[in-house]
Amino acid sequence: MIVKRNELTWFERLYLPALVGGLKVTARHFFNNITGKTKVTQQYPEEPTKVLPGYRGAPYLVRDQDGATKCVSCQLCEFICPPKAIRMTPPGAAGQPADRPNAEKMPKEFEINMLRCIFCGLCQEVCPEEAIFLKSDFSLTGLARGEMVYNKEKLLALGGTHGGVQKWKHKLEEAKEQETFPVKV
Amino acid sequence: MSAPATTEAKLAAATAPASPPLAEKIKIKVDGREVEVPKMMPNWQGKLEPTTMLQACQIAGHEVPHYCYHPKLPVAGNCRMCLVEFGTPQMGPDRKPVLNQDGTPKVAKAVLPYEPSTCRGAIACATPISPGMEIYPNSAATKQMREAVLESLLINHPLDCSICDQAGECKLQEYSVEHGQSQSSFVEAKVHKPKAVDLGPRIVLDDERCILCTRCIRFTKDIAGDDALGIVNRGSYNTIAAWKPGAFDNNYTLNTVDICPVGALTSKDFRFQMRVWFMKETKSLCTSCGTGCNIIVGSREEKIYRYEPRQNDAVNACWMCDHGRLNYKWIGRGDRLKKCGVRGAGCGVTDSDWSTVLKGVSETLAKAPHGSTAIVASARQTNEELFLLKKLATKLGALTDSVPRTGQGDHLLVDEDKNPNSNGARLTGIAFTEMGINLPKIAEGIAAGRIKTLIVFGEDVTRHGLDPSLLARLDTLIVSDILPNRTTALAHYLLPGCAHAEKRGTFTNTKGRVQKFMKAVEAPGDARPEWEFLHELMHNVTGQNGFSTIEGLFNQMAAEVPGFAGLEWAKLGETGVTVQI
Repeated sequence: MIVKRNELTWFERLYLPALVGGLKVTARHFFNNITGKTKVTQQYPEEPTKVLPGYRGAPYLVRDQDGATKCVSCQLCEFICPPKAIRMTPPGAAGQPADRPNAEKMPKEFEINMLRCIFCGLCQEVCPEEAIFLKSDFSLTGLARGEMVYNKEKLLALGGTHGGVQKWKHKLEEAKEQETFPVKV
Repeated sequence: MSAPATTEAKLAAATAPASPPLAEKIKIKVDGREVEVPKMMPNWQGKLEPTTMLQACQIAGHEVPHYCYHPKLPVAGNCRMCLVEFGTPQMGPDRKPVLNQDGTPKVAKAVLPYEPSTCRGAIACATPISPGMEIYPNSAATKQMREAVLESLLINHPLDCSICDQAGECKLQEYSVEHGQSQSSFVEAKVHKPKAVDLGPRIVLDDERCILCTRCIRFTKDIAGDDALGIVNRGSYNTIAAWKPGAFDNNYTLNTVDICPVGALTSKDFRFQMRVWFMKETKSLCTSCGTGCNIIVGSREEKIYRYEPRQNDAVNACWMCDHGRLNYKWIGRGDRLKKCGVRGAGCGVTDSDWSTVLKGVSETLAKAPHGSTAIVASARQTNEELFLLKKLATKLGALTDSVPRTGQGDHLLVDEDKNPNSNGARLTGIAFTEMGINLPKIAEGIAAGRIKTLIVFGEDVTRHGLDPSLLARLDTLIVSDILPNRTTALAHYLLPGCAHAEKRGTFTNTKGRVQKFMKAVEAPGDARPEWEFLHELMHNVTGQNGFSTIEGLFNQMAAEVPGFAGLEWAKLGETGVTVQI
């Protein structure tokens, strides 16, 4: 393909107007910067970064609107986790029952090694209980490797609350309704 | 539990080797392909019965999905999952087959009597085949029936897979993915049934998950001989229950957990312990008695979580007893012997390493005068280990014996002999005559000062006539064991050994079945398989080279021990070979 080159006009051939135009842009930014009208340098970490929704930060465990642990220790996240950062200890038969009635179980211990985690979000995707979410935290620091393994307590504290459908509660309510006769359907 | 006398015959028949295929075969078509199948096939008791469509499809390589059907249980035909479309040769009014234009018999698909456009399926598990029959396990009508049956089965199912122990090995999950549909037309509230019901000391029942296939009821009634379970209530309130709350208690209850196709019956021992998909499954043997039930060891990260029976029709069919199944926790005990030990002058046993201990033992044995040694082996050891010990005994002129261990047997699988390898001890010559007959002689020899060195493997001899004061008279006491006991505390040389789940080897059961087992987990600490260090000891004491692999060692044993003549490690397969005992 042959591109046709247009002849420059006489004004363009003068060269100086374009140079002045460029200097004008530079000068505008210069003045805006020194007067504080625009800001290009973010004073991190004094000035926190705004994280957009959908950002994949550190995975934390969440509680439901009643404050109960949502995780039921199904271990799907542990299974799917590509770098094997998640490690769960199931409750066993004699373990502590779940915070919510009817959900039967919750993990005895839940550990995420944040040094191993690659923030891929597969744990959140696979979770059938909406119990683990990749939150907005991206800067995780610690003084020792051990500190970077977050346990259940820490993960729940950091995760906060995430509402949603309370299926175990609804199932229990449904079951209780059926105990009175005639059965409501 | 009192069982009818006939159950023994039932199991004997069920566990008998499959009878030779009968000459009489009939031709049918499965999915358009002609196959020849035997007219009669063994049923759950091993008796010949007309071949069913399900068996014929299996022969043709088509797996028909099923819940209530189990090859070792009587056919109930209640889950309807195995419904298939089929056709039979059409008969004319003259009772002669109607022919197509090309001369082949015309096959009429089974249809509803007043709705000839609708297929009438038949349950493959209970419908016998007939000559010329055509089965369509993959037709559109069959698929539609499966979808409909699954939808019905899921109507009251709670779909709580995330908290269900069965998830990962659940037939309802598998078939829903394979044959089901993603949506249900059922919009009403599900019927809620009792959850976490205490059915017996080892079983938890979740009634909501139950699909009422009655496998558990049939197993406990017809195989275990304890008619403890049944269905109560009516219609969609149908519920499995024990005759009295918590009364499902026989020695075979946990088999119902295995055969339960869903997560209704779960084991209390395994409840919420580990998800099944993490489990490494290793083919092994149960060591709790002489029956030698074939098992699968489920382990994860060197921890054993469960034993499950593995099908071997010559030994245990598909079952195992609860006692054997739950007898695995000792393997992971914290007080396992993990370090070699040497007893210094005057003080107790101090930790040592293998090179020191093996050197010390080899030197002691090489110096020991002929006949001044005795060996107490264990019938819990493998054939190979007993064979090496016998070779050592022959070299040293040692008196050998093992410890008999008897208990109560039962009508089904539990044997009176509580040693897993008594026949191995007999065949290798460790306890050639009656087991335990040489123990008093060994005690006498030590008391008289004739026996100066005693080698003990896997037994606490202080409980079998050789009390500590007697053992104190020995010059050298060499002990190999798994768990600490009074004998290991007195040892001059302590060699930590392995549980069967931590090594490979073979056992010979009470009926002479030589079966091999594989390694499931790593041994703790410095513990090593006994045959490995016995091989080294043999080399040091006799100067002969042996085999450093279990395969080679087994084949050497088969060549040298007449009882195992003709066997080969590779030919043992997964279910073993029977030898004459």
